[in-house]
Amino acid sequence: MKKEYIYHRFERFWHWMQAALIIFLGVTGFEIHGAFSFFGYEQAVEYHDIAAWTFIVLIAFAVFWHFTKGEWRQYLPTWTNLKAQADYYIFGIFRNAPHPTKKTVLSKLNPLQKLVYAGLKVLIIPAMVGTGLVYMFYRYPQHNQVLGLNISGLQTVAVLHTIGAFLLVSFFVAHLYLITTGSTVTSNLKAMITGYEEIPEAKDDLHAKPSTTEAPVATAGLGEVIK
Amino acid sequence: MKRIFLTLFVFGVFAAMVLTALHKNSTDTPPLTKLKEQYSAKKQASVDHSLFPQLKKKFTRPQDVTAACISCHNGRAQEVMHSSHWQWERTEYIAGKGIRSVGKRNILNNFCIGVTSNEQSCSRCHVGYGYANDKAYFNDSLDVDCLACHDNSGTYAKGNETAGMPDKKVDLSYVAQHVGLPTRTDCGTCHFFGGGGNNVKHGDLEEALFDPTKDVDVHMATDGEDMQCVDCHTAQKHQMLGKMYSVSSMNRNRVRCENCHGSMPHKDNVLNDHTLKVACQTCHIPEYAKVNPTKLFWDWSKAGKLKDGKPYELKDSNGTDIYMSIKGSFKWGKNLKPDYVWFNGTATHYLLGDKFDPSKPLDINRLLGSYDDPDSKIYPVKIHTAMQIYDTKYDYLIQPKLYSAKKGDGGFWGDFNWQTSATAGMKAVGLPYSGHYGFTETRMYWPINHMVAPKEQAVKCSECHTRDDGRLADVGGFYMPGRDYNPWVERIGLGMMALTLGGVFLHGGARFVVSRKRKRNS
Repeated sequence: MKKEYIYHRFERFWHWMQAALIIFLGVTGFEIHGAFSFFGYEQAVEYHDIAAWTFIVLIAFAVFWHFTKGEWRQYLPTWTNLKAQADYYIFGIFRNAPHPTKKTVLSKLNPLQKLVYAGLKVLIIPAMVGTGLVYMFYRYPQHNQVLGLNISGLQTVAVLHTIGAFLLVSFFVAHLYLITTGSTVTSNLKAMITGYEEIPEAKDDLHAKPSTTEAPVATAGLGEVIK
Repeated sequence: MKRIFLTLFVFGVFAAMVLTALHKNSTDTPPLTKLKEQYSAKKQASVDHSLFPQLKKKFTRPQDVTAACISCHNGRAQEVMHSSHWQWERTEYIAGKGIRSVGKRNILNNFCIGVTSNEQSCSRCHVGYGYANDKAYFNDSLDVDCLACHDNSGTYAKGNETAGMPDKKVDLSYVAQHVGLPTRTDCGTCHFFGGGGNNVKHGDLEEALFDPTKDVDVHMATDGEDMQCVDCHTAQKHQMLGKMYSVSSMNRNRVRCENCHGSMPHKDNVLNDHTLKVACQTCHIPEYAKVNPTKLFWDWSKAGKLKDGKPYELKDSNGTDIYMSIKGSFKWGKNLKPDYVWFNGTATHYLLGDKFDPSKPLDINRLLGSYDDPDSKIYPVKIHTAMQIYDTKYDYLIQPKLYSAKKGDGGFWGDFNWQTSATAGMKAVGLPYSGHYGFTETRMYWPINHMVAPKEQAVKCSECHTRDDGRLADVGGFYMPGRDYNPWVERIGLGMMALTLGGVFLHGGARFVVSRKRKRNS
C-alpha cells in the first residue's frame, strides 16, 4: 500500500460544501414540495433561497477552478474500461478482483464515475439551477409590466425541478454506498477528507502511470502537466 | 494574465453577491407609521351646529330639518339624490346581460329576497323619507334624510315600517344641533343589520364594530386608530367610494387596501410577489364573524308554521334565532374561515324574470375571474345558501310580498300563505305567476373586506401551501407549491428511490456474505 495525493484542498472543500448544500436543499426543497413539515413552510422557503444562492456562488468558484486547473478533462466520458468497470461492480467486486482502473491525481475518476458526474454537471445541476432561478424570478402575469419572468404558470418549471430532485436523491443514495467500494471500505471516504488515498501497489496498471506520489505544484494546471 | 482573470472573477462574484443583497432590501419601508399618525389625529368640526339659530327651534317634521340643512348646504341634497344610497339602483354593465339599471330596488337576494312590495319596511334603511312603494315620488329634496348619516348625537333612529320616517321618540332638534361627519354608528345602524338582524348578511360587518378591539378589526379598533367607515369609504359630492357585489357588477368605484398601503407593502419580497394574485384580504382576514354569528343558511320553505294559530320563534342556547314562523329556519356560524374564489372585480346577477334550472343550485350573484385573467386575484368570500320560493312552471324566482300592513293584503308576515304572498309580490314586479310554487337552493357570494386582523394573526404560509385540505384546496387553475404535484413524477420518483435503495442493500448484502465466506475459507 502506498499513499497518493488525489484530492486538492479546494476540491475537498468544494465537495463537502456541495454535499452539505445538496442535503440541505433536499430537505428544505421536499418540505416546500409538501412531502413533510420540519422547519415550517416560511422558513423552508427562506433557507432554500439562501442555500440556493450559496450553491450558485460555490458553483461559480468550482467552474473557475475546473477551467483554470484543467480539471474539467477528468469528466470527459470515455468508452475505455467502461465495460470493465461495470463488470467489476457486477462480478469482480465479489471475487475480490482488483479495481480495473487506477486512481491517480491525473485520473481520479473511473469511467462510470466520469459518465455519472458529467451527467450531474452538465444536465442535472444546470437543470436544477435553471429551473430554480426561473422559480425564484417568476412573477405572475400582469398588465403592461415586466417584472422578471412573465410566464403563464409554474407547473412545468416546478415539475422539472421535482424530477431533478428525485434524481439527486437516488444519486445520493447510490453515492453513499459506492463510497464503501474503494480498496478498503473506508479508503474513499478518507481520501475525500484528507486528500490522500491508500492505493494498493499494482503490477498491471491499466490506465495511467502514477506520475508521482507527491502532490503536483498547486499552480500547475493539468494541461501543463500533460504537455 | 491568470492573476488578472482571477481577480476579475473574484470581484465579479463579490459584486453579484452585493447586488443580490441590495436587491432584497430595496423595497420601501411600509409607511405604516405615517398612516397611523395620519388617522390617529381626530377630525375637529369646523363649526358648532348647536349655535346656529336655524337649528335652535322645535322641529316636528323631519323634512323641516332637511330644509334647515340645505338652507346653508345648498346643492347637497341633489348630490344625495344622485347617489346609490338614495336611488337604490344604478346603471351597470352585467356580463352576458348588457347594460341594466340594477340595485336594491330590483335585485333579488336570498335573505329577505327583495324590496318590491315591501318598501314600507325595507325603506327603514333608505336615506329618505316616504319611500312607501315603488311609485314613491323621488324628486323632493326635502325628503332627503340628512340625519340618518350625519347624526353625531347617537340618538337618531328610523321607525319600524314607517317608510323611512324617524322614530316618533327622536328629538329632531337635538339631533339637528349635533351633526357632523358620519360615524361608524351612523353607517352601522343600517349596514351591520342588513337582512333583518345583526351580522345576518355580511359576516364581517356587525355591531361588534361599534366598539371593536384590535383583534376584531385592526383599523376600527377603539384601542387603536378608531378609524371611521368614511376614512376609507371617502366621498366626493356624496358619492361614496365602495359598493357591494350583491348588487354591483362592475370593476369600478372600489375601496382598495392598496390605496393606503401600496401594492407591495411587505418587507419580504416573496410576500410581495403574492400581491399580484392574492388579495390583501385573503391573508389578512383569517376569520370573520369573530364576535357574533352570521347567517349561513336560510330555509324559507320551513316558514309559516304556527302554534295555536300564532307565529313563534325558537332560539338556540346562545340566544340566536334558529326558527321564525315569518322567515323559516336558519343555520349560523361564528369564527369562520372564509371560502376563496378568483375574482376580477366584476360580477353577474340573477335578474328578475331570468329562467334557471331548478335541479341545480342557483347563483344569485357570481363573482367572475380565473387564474388566467390578469385582473383576477384570490378573494375571501362568505357563501350564503338558501331555499327560496320560485315559480315551478315558469322556472324563475318569485318576489314574495312579505311585509303585511293588514291581514288579507297578501303579506306573508300577516297571512302566512305563500300563494297569496307570491301573487301579490309578482303583481308588484309585473311578472306572471303560474300559481305553482316550490323552493329551490340558491347561493350568494359576499366578499369579505372587514375584520382585518393584526398582522401577527395573518394567515400563515402553511395554511395554503399544504397537501392536506388547505385554505385554497378548492381554488384551481394554477400550480401552487406545497399543495400541487404531478402524481406520475411522484410515483416514478419514489419508485426510483426505492429501487436504488433496494439495489444498494442487495449489492452490499452480497458483498458482505461473499467477504465472510472468503474469510472463513482462508
